[in-house]
Amino acid sequence: MYLDPDVSHAVKILVVGHFGVGKTTCIASLSEIEPLRTEEEITEASEGFDDLSGTPHKKTTTVAMDFGRLTLSDSLVLYLFGTPGQERFKEMWEELSRGALGALVLVDPERLHESFPVLDLVESFGLTYAIGVNHFEGTTDYPLDEVREALNLTADTPVAKCDVRDEGTSAQALITLVEHLMSQLG
Amino acid sequence: MPDEPELELTSSLVPLFVITNGRALPPDHEYEHTTLVMASQDAAATARTLSPEAGQVMALIAEGFLSVAEVAGHTHLPLGIVRILLAQLEEDSLILVRRPIPRAEHVDRELVSAVLEGLKNRFGA
Repeated sequence: MYLDPDVSHAVKILVVGHFGVGKTTCIASLSEIEPLRTEEEITEASEGFDDLSGTPHKKTTTVAMDFGRLTLSDSLVLYLFGTPGQERFKEMWEELSRGALGALVLVDPERLHESFPVLDLVESFGLTYAIGVNHFEGTTDYPLDEVREALNLTADTPVAKCDVRDEGTSAQALITLVEHLMSQLG
Repeated sequence: MPDEPELELTSSLVPLFVITNGRALPPDHEYEHTTLVMASQDAAATARTLSPEAGQVMALIAEGFLSVAEVAGHTHLPLGIVRILLAQLEEDSLILVRRPIPRAEHVDRELVSAVLEGLKNRFGA
């Protein structure tokens, strides 16, 4: 359960995506520990729907977040945080994105439009990212170029196919992101 | 005080400000998800005078380092509460704290390269 006593560096990468895209499954495939869950309170503006008075007000919500851990050397540990991609969780993003190395954005090729708010958040927080196209065996295999085009990605944004249930392809998507981070650092 | 089983329900029946002695939430960056904490060696004697929740945290990190996120995950305490408890414990010198290094380009390069190497070794890619 405990970290190696010499671990001096803990880094984090966010695994982001819309609801149901497979964030927790991906983290479970990669993590050396049973994924754990944190619960934290955020305040969110509840505009539009349940506000009859017409004045803006805020309410407190508890957000659950799953995460996993990967020890990478005697001194280095990586945490993967599954971060919900809704705009209303912006407050959580502020903290999570601080110090994050980058983000692996999981997308479902059948529901690409649901990934736009997620990409907006990732970009507004200035996170370097790669796309992991979750592909379940037996479903339509979309060419990655079509996914790239549909999501309006820049030419240098890496797109990797993965099956979030599978350690190997999930790890490859993560490695694709980290290689991209290296190239961004010049 | 005898151990009354019905008193074990502290976390759900007692308001959160009681658990935390009325302390306010420290700023997020004080105890980030990836800040690592461990009980200091001479903490065992003092630990018995702590609140049940602080005691729970201390017992969890008695033998080694865990991240703040893991402390919250294992204890099922909300992250905000964990942060307040850790602030108190650190003030009382009961825990050791390793904070993440602030980001800077030259640090990043070294770190990212170590992350890449670690992932490749681990997954044989």
